[in-house]
Amino acid sequence: MTGMPKQNTLPLLRVKNLSKFYGKTMGCHEINFELGKGEVIGIVGESGSGKSTLLKCIAGKLDTTNGSVFFNSSFGFIDLCTTQEAMLRKIIRSQTGFVTQNSSEGLRMGISAGGNIGERLMANGMRNYGQIRKIAQQWLETVEIDTDRMDDLPSTFSGGMQQRLQIAANLVTDPKIILMDEPTSGLDVSVQARLIDVLRKLVSRLNLSMILVTHDLAVARLLSHRLYVMKEGRIIESGLSDQILDDPREPYTQLLVSSILKP
Amino acid sequence: MTHIYNFAYLDEQSKKMIRRSILKAIAIPGFQVPFGGREMPLPYGWGTGGIQLTASLLGKHDVLKVIDQGSDDTVNAVSIKDFFKKTAGIAITESTPTASIIQTRHRIPETPLKAGQIMVYQVPIPEPLQFIEPRRPETAKMHAFEEYGAMYVKLYEDISKHDRIVTAFDYPAQVNHRYIMSPSPIPKFDNPKLHQSPAIHLFGAGREKRIYAIPPYTDVHSLDFEDYPFELETWKQSCAFCGSKTTFLDEIITDDKGSRLFVCSDTEFCHINQTKDAS
Repeated sequence: MTGMPKQNTLPLLRVKNLSKFYGKTMGCHEINFELGKGEVIGIVGESGSGKSTLLKCIAGKLDTTNGSVFFNSSFGFIDLCTTQEAMLRKIIRSQTGFVTQNSSEGLRMGISAGGNIGERLMANGMRNYGQIRKIAQQWLETVEIDTDRMDDLPSTFSGGMQQRLQIAANLVTDPKIILMDEPTSGLDVSVQARLIDVLRKLVSRLNLSMILVTHDLAVARLLSHRLYVMKEGRIIESGLSDQILDDPREPYTQLLVSSILKP
Repeated sequence: MTHIYNFAYLDEQSKKMIRRSILKAIAIPGFQVPFGGREMPLPYGWGTGGIQLTASLLGKHDVLKVIDQGSDDTVNAVSIKDFFKKTAGIAITESTPTASIIQTRHRIPETPLKAGQIMVYQVPIPEPLQFIEPRRPETAKMHAFEEYGAMYVKLYEDISKHDRIVTAFDYPAQVNHRYIMSPSPIPKFDNPKLHQSPAIHLFGAGREKRIYAIPPYTDVHSLDFEDYPFELETWKQSCAFCGSKTTFLDEIITDDKGSRLFVCSDTEFCHINQTKDAS
């Protein structure tokens, strides 16, 4: 949209000088990074380091104070921070996915699992019940939920199932990018392992592009290609996942890595 | 009594304000226009929205018909007619073709409406998206950006639970290919009567303070799925009084041994049909 070079040479996402202040309190400040197609990046840091703020700014859920989030959408290379709300909402409902830590925010708890998956399809104009149903069924299978549970309410699902349902409900419209905010928090270790397993399969099968916000370095290592470490609202270190986790440079990162519990 | 109140009860300033909202509602078919709803001498839920619209529309030569559950002689219908007879001194009627304004809660008369007539609906819940999205600013945006996918979720849930769309009244409809509106608690049987109707249809919600409208000859489509099209309910029985097979029937339980009767819900139409048979 802004007289940039050809679209295919552009990254999928370019975050430029992004800042978010809550009054005088800094959420995140001067964030710069790019995400290529098919890439998974992890953003790690302790609670309150600005990870979730950053992700919500990228997702269009928070207004940014400064900076840009350029997204290579099918409508062009658009700055999500300045584009009109109608365009932003159109992009959000068809081309980005957002999985939250708390599945009751990401799902409609009073509507069946199939309805939750179908909503995005219907929002994008699908008006054939049989077709919606078939696609929802396929996605339940993909995220390893028994298709017999299709007409059950998500509130009757376990935490891990709710998270997998949330992922299915987001991926159903084949979004260009998926944003995950602590998807594995609050799940016990074996359930976490299954979720990570499903995610890894999806990433390799669908060539997903993903930003994963987590405080769990083990999850970050298993899923992401590159890592960004945040502290007090700024990115202090970045690089390949293995490189950062095996050979951290910053004292803060060293502290994070050394504080992983080893059984 | 007439000299105690202003003509048709409401003061002229309020009526002017309501008429302005009506004009705006007609200009944007299906769009909910907020208005400064007044206190009326009857409780919310009894037709305060409809009665304010009627009060603003009435002129000295208007003829008013009021129906409640399709009937001309239930308490609500009789009281509202009395109210306007007292405060405006206008003529009242039970005959659909004679009426210039028809206030209603649940039905559209079976007798076809004509150009120049105004239907006034008493609406309890004007926001069709409310059951899916309780946040008002969000539903306003959903209307503004035409994001109506969530509305279909409700129909989807119906089919997945009951194998058909069971929503039988207040069935959501899209007006003029743009706004989705709640057609008040009329049965879905009456939805097709809104499509390309020669009359003006005005909807007033007193508690929620919203007015919306369908201008004459406007497209009104009931929502459905390609493979589950909008269907009207049918009855095996015909009306026990007039024998009609084409009207909306009420089921009336006549004793505690399971006897029941099916009769026309539109009493005026039923009367005419009975006298027609007799002659």
